Amino acid sequence: MALLEVKDLKVRVEEREILHGLTLTVNEGEIHAIMGPNGSGKSTLSHVIAGKPGYEVTDGQILFKGEDLLEMAPEERAAKGVFLAFQYPVEIPGVTTMNFLRTALNAQRKARGETELMVPDFLKKVREVSKSLNIPQDMLKRGVNVGFSGGEKKRNEVLQMALFEPSLCILDEMDSGLDIDALRIAADGVNALHSPKRAMVVITHYQRLLNYIVPDIVHVMSKGRVVKSGGKELALELEASGYAQFEDAA
Amino acid sequence: MPAVQETVERVKRIDVDQYRYGFETLIESEKAPRGLSEETVKFISEKKNEPAWMLQWRLEAYRRWLTMTEPTWARVDYPKIDFQDLYYYAAPKPKKTINSLDEIDPEILKTYEKLGIPLREVAMLEGVEPKPGEEDPNRRKIAVDAVFDSVSVATTFKAELMKAGVIFMPISEAIREHPELVQKYLGSVVPTSDNFYATLNSAVFSDGSFVYVPPGVRCPMELSTYFRINERNTGQFERTLIIADKGSYVSYLEGCTAPQRDENQLHAAVVELVAHDDAEIKYSTVQNWYPGNSEGKGGIYNFVTKRGDCRGDRSKISWTQVETGSAITWKYPSCILRGDNSSGEFYSIAISNGYQQVDSGTKMIHLGKNTSSRIISKGIAAGKSQNTYRGLVTAHRKATGARNFTACDSLLIGDKCGAHTVPYIEAKNSSATFEHEATTSKISEDVLFYCIQRGLSQEEAVGLVVNGFVKDVLQQLPMEFAVEAQKLISISLEGSVG
Repeated sequence: MALLEVKDLKVRVEEREILHGLTLTVNEGEIHAIMGPNGSGKSTLSHVIAGKPGYEVTDGQILFKGEDLLEMAPEERAAKGVFLAFQYPVEIPGVTTMNFLRTALNAQRKARGETELMVPDFLKKVREVSKSLNIPQDMLKRGVNVGFSGGEKKRNEVLQMALFEPSLCILDEMDSGLDIDALRIAADGVNALHSPKRAMVVITHYQRLLNYIVPDIVHVMSKGRVVKSGGKELALELEASGYAQFEDAA
Repeated sequence: MPAVQETVERVKRIDVDQYRYGFETLIESEKAPRGLSEETVKFISEKKNEPAWMLQWRLEAYRRWLTMTEPTWARVDYPKIDFQDLYYYAAPKPKKTINSLDEIDPEILKTYEKLGIPLREVAMLEGVEPKPGEEDPNRRKIAVDAVFDSVSVATTFKAELMKAGVIFMPISEAIREHPELVQKYLGSVVPTSDNFYATLNSAVFSDGSFVYVPPGVRCPMELSTYFRINERNTGQFERTLIIADKGSYVSYLEGCTAPQRDENQLHAAVVELVAHDDAEIKYSTVQNWYPGNSEGKGGIYNFVTKRGDCRGDRSKISWTQVETGSAITWKYPSCILRGDNSSGEFYSIAISNGYQQVDSGTKMIHLGKNTSSRIISKGIAAGKSQNTYRGLVTAHRKATGARNFTACDSLLIGDKCGAHTVPYIEAKNSSATFEHEATTSKISEDVLFYCIQRGLSQEEAVGLVVNGFVKDVLQQLPMEFAVEAQKLISISLEGSVG
């Protein structure tokens, strides 16, 4: 079943059109990779799906579970199951990670009409998940991402993904700033979350990440459009020949 | 609309409705004639049944006040106050001695109930003990003194405190019952000639709280005073005097609210603290006077002199303030570090929104040897407000080994507000170590979006970020009030969230 349908999406940022009619369908349980050079619009797509302010959709449609996503406030989208793992997770001084996780989880549950999770249940859940991701307990007591290494920040993103149980995870350049070991830990975390109901959209420049998170479908973006889609072998092809061949196609 | 822009828009729309304490209680009151003269001063003194020395003290202050002019150095702007157009005394009628809560006008009790202040806790004194299992062991007892306009209407837990030797009563009663203590300490920290507003207060103060903790006693509960200005055109001039004798400890909290009115109301209080050898005073304020409406109309003018004297060796005074209300705030809780090895602390959260103007900070005056002080100030400016930290740290010639650490952080929400930091630092001996850190930042678009993407609403995101920003200071508040203050911060900033 189609989880996410992006249809002929056109997006402007300050008078300049970045996406020129992008179409993409992601079904439940699928892993999609979106590849493309800098400035091709990959991050714009992820921001528009998540509802970041500052983007103007001039045409097209985004359906999520059949509903019009663009009509929803960003926090509603989160509660409905859209999760964006940020390329550069922000630091929030003075707010402990634990407090942040609980506030966010309960905000989402409330929006869905569910009861708030009681503290013992919450703690149990966090402990389980953080253990599987190799996240030490003292990291949860520190301010959100304050003083975290690049690897810790990304693991914190995966931790939230595991806690909030979204149905669509968009990973924006998850590999940036990570060494091989940190990348493997984060990728293992992501793989553990893959399920027949949950889809992943992995945005990346490099094929490297796709050795760890193996996609079902690879899309190549150039100049605001998807110019080619194929199986995982397309990523290898790109690695060998580069993006230049697609510049003209766009 | 970008997230920050949206917050700014919401903040702009803040209306009087957002002030939860803006109701007025309709009760009859007895007022002094309008305006200020020797007659007014005599009228107040007479109403309070004061001894002659007290009247004399007031009259001297009044005569001194006539020769003084209003200070203008603060970064606040307001029309000139007509001091002859105010009422200087208002007392709820009927005016008779109140022996128990039942004799208090039920309207006043209702007011305090609406404010969530538990005057009824006095019932415990009358032998109505909670059933086993009903009492929450985590909830500490809090003794409350409630000041309504110019008089103190109720003080709870008085007898229980008396058992420990602690005196906690309205200052008007203390003047009659403990004249030796009052005469010894009143004006000894803030002299009658100190400044325009303190001198005015000395002439016309009508009530406030008095606390004396005897040597070696750790006050068994939190003490607190709630101030409420109810009457129209009435200035409130309360006077608080707290004395911690050798080796004693006391924690005190004041809360303030007022009805919302179109005209401005004047509040000019004086607080004096004295800490003897090895004594410690912790003084916390949650100030939530009416800040005025979205056009900047109305609101309290808050001109307050607060000063603590660390008179004894190894004494300690700690000020913690959460300032969210008032149209104008002019307030510098200070410490005179007179005793050797004494220490002073100032923790402040000052939030301004709408057209509020805050000029607040502290003075740490190092006189004794090896004295230390610590200042943590968090200013948050939103709307069209101006928020200034003004601080003085000074080490006297003989204050060898003086140490100070100051951190001033400002957070701006929107682009129509201002944050200013004006530190004055004077070291008159070479062994002093003073550190000063300051930061100013804007609430970041990216941080808000991160929170919102995780499911928080705009308001929740701002509340979370701001509460993180002020965390170091919130931790200094007594636990019960920290929770209250946290909510208050969210309310005063988010506008549309109630």
